[in-house]
Amino acid sequence: MLELSDIHVARGDFALAADLRIAPGARVAIIGPSGSGKSTLLSLIGGFLTPQRGQVSWQGTDLLPLSPGQRPVSFLFQDQNLFPHLSVAQNVGLGLRPDLRLGPDQQAQVQDALTQVGLRDMGPRKPENLSGGQQSRVALARVLLRARPILLLDEPFSALGPALKSEMLALLGRIADRTRATVLMVTHDPGDARAFADQTIVVDQGRAEAPQPTQALLDNPPAALRAYLG
Amino acid sequence: MAAGVFGLRDRAAGAALAAGLATLILGTLIAVALQARGLSGLGPWDWRAVWFTLWQAALSAALSALLAVPVARALARRRFPGRAALVTLLGAPFILPVIVAIMGLIAVFGRNGALNDGLRLIGLPEFSVYGWQGVILAHVFFNLPLSVRLILQGWQAIPAERFRLAESLGFGPADIARHLERPMLRAVLPGVWLAVFLVCLTSFTVALALGGGPSATTVELAIYQAFRFDFDLGRAATLGLVQIGLCVAAMGLARWIAVPAAFGAGIASQQGPRGPRGWRVGADIAAILLAAGFLLWPILAVTIQGLPRIPLLPPEVWQATLRSVVMALVSAVLSISLGLVLALSIARGRAAWIELAGMLPLVASPLVLGTGLFILLRGWLSPDDMALPVTVAINAIMALPFGLRSLIPAARDLRADYGRLAESLNLHGMARLRYLTLPRLARPLGFAGGLAAALAMGDLGVITLFATNDPTLPLKLYQLMNSYRMQDAAACAVLLMAISFLLFWLFDRGGRLA
Repeated sequence: MLELSDIHVARGDFALAADLRIAPGARVAIIGPSGSGKSTLLSLIGGFLTPQRGQVSWQGTDLLPLSPGQRPVSFLFQDQNLFPHLSVAQNVGLGLRPDLRLGPDQQAQVQDALTQVGLRDMGPRKPENLSGGQQSRVALARVLLRARPILLLDEPFSALGPALKSEMLALLGRIADRTRATVLMVTHDPGDARAFADQTIVVDQGRAEAPQPTQALLDNPPAALRAYLG
Repeated sequence: MAAGVFGLRDRAAGAALAAGLATLILGTLIAVALQARGLSGLGPWDWRAVWFTLWQAALSAALSALLAVPVARALARRRFPGRAALVTLLGAPFILPVIVAIMGLIAVFGRNGALNDGLRLIGLPEFSVYGWQGVILAHVFFNLPLSVRLILQGWQAIPAERFRLAESLGFGPADIARHLERPMLRAVLPGVWLAVFLVCLTSFTVALALGGGPSATTVELAIYQAFRFDFDLGRAATLGLVQIGLCVAAMGLARWIAVPAAFGAGIASQQGPRGPRGWRVGADIAAILLAAGFLLWPILAVTIQGLPRIPLLPPEVWQATLRSVVMALVSAVLSISLGLVLALSIARGRAAWIELAGMLPLVASPLVLGTGLFILLRGWLSPDDMALPVTVAINAIMALPFGLRSLIPAARDLRADYGRLAESLNLHGMARLRYLTLPRLARPLGFAGGLAAALAMGDLGVITLFATNDPTLPLKLYQLMNSYRMQDAAACAVLLMAISFLLFWLFDRGGRLA
């Protein structure tokens, strides 16, 4: 269980409160207006932000003392998910060992992960020689290798076209299945939420609500969400 | 917990280094202060040095800034083949060894130089390159190019749309000057003046080689003379305090006048304003030719004189060369290591004092630091033992502010772009250095290393304090000049210039290729 208890964050005019629980293996979309605190919520779980008050825990373990890299979390950002000066294989290999001292079996694992995301022969290339969709696949291959129980995504596919995006969401779904990860994904697109997430957290007016079934929520949105969805 | 420990260690390293640097510099200054005897210890000779330091710096700065205006204007509004090369060349004096330039100026403006040949021919009195006029000539030689680049930057900062508007309103050159150019110059020139003034305030090598005597001694030179000739540490220290006071006061001026970044910008290739026709074409051509000639002629003169004689140089010159190259490399590695750790700390934010510590070398002149370190170390080391290590250390420290100027913004970008990704992958310690920091910062590191190596290679400053039997190449060159072996000195100068530029090029190129 991922638990955020009595969380309170404030920075200048901005404030966010959260008190919610997410079951292991759940797929949760996070939607809400710009600036409402969707990314802040992810940063809290990912460890880039410390709350003024409250608890973040996973399966009973307090996450707050842990640095981002020590948390049971993989993070896909909006951009800058790859180091441009490292090869595709190195970028993926960082998921196994940050010092990149990979043994033969670990290198085989990297190759295997690349094959699974459909980039079998791309290992030696640099990210700049890949298309946007392929770059997303590299980042997903690393997520697959790290196999952390929590996967946080901050609109990672927003720069891709609709067809490519649904392809990526399908790949993401397979990877989450394989690693049995709990997935939280910030999105602007209610279609993404319907397609990918059985539950949805609405963030609005300084509050992150508890997750609700996506279908019911979007079919019959409360007033604030309706205003946002238009 | 490994990451936490590494994180802590990274953070502590930056703070510790900054504290060490501040302690070294401030401690050295305190050692100087404790040795000083109060201003009453200074004689009329010393006060003349203070006075000369101030007025020569003011005059050098004014001449450089004013002479730069027509050159910058010509470069801003004319397009010609070689223009980009010329603007790049204007950045070269920054890493040109001072003593080499002095050799060049002597070759052109000295007794047997072309200028005096010409003057004699038409029966005019000779010009002497020694004395206050020589000091100012050399300062203008070094700072005119810098000023041109800084002012050119101002010209290029005027939006092209504004020139188009002026054109569509039918402005003549006088109108453009009045509405566009003069307001820009009013904003830019004070900063240019102050930048040059600061450089000339701590002038040592120029005054050592061309000045001296009651009418052309700077405070830095007076420190050297008190130290070397009178071995009067008290007076040297008192003068050191005066020098620090001058620097701090001048830096204080920078609170009201923005000093532009050191080297000026490159050139934007965008189409600038179209220059006016008529006699102004000739005037612009003349400005560019005069400036290029003033810059290139001395260097060409010394090269022609010295190049053929390089193979004939005595073995002790080659020993000095090797010594200097090793010292320059050590200095450069020290300087960029220090700069890297400080820049990474500064990029993490919060600790403004670390940035301040990195800029401290700007108020401490090399001779003052050298005097202070001598005072601190003399119980343990002989002057001969400390000459080379102290020189290496001071050169590394003096290059630090210039390196930090390129490293700090790059480190900030690195953190903004990849800091979170690195954190989330637990990339720390050596792995982070190897796979993230060094590859991403290779360019600014190469540039900073090149500056540090070239500056250390060409420096003739603190080493002169110590009567060493192991001279560096610039010191060897100075010794040759003093024994009137001008042919060998010229060959030495060519060698020194070539190695300085080569070192800069190698580091800078290495950083670009990495």
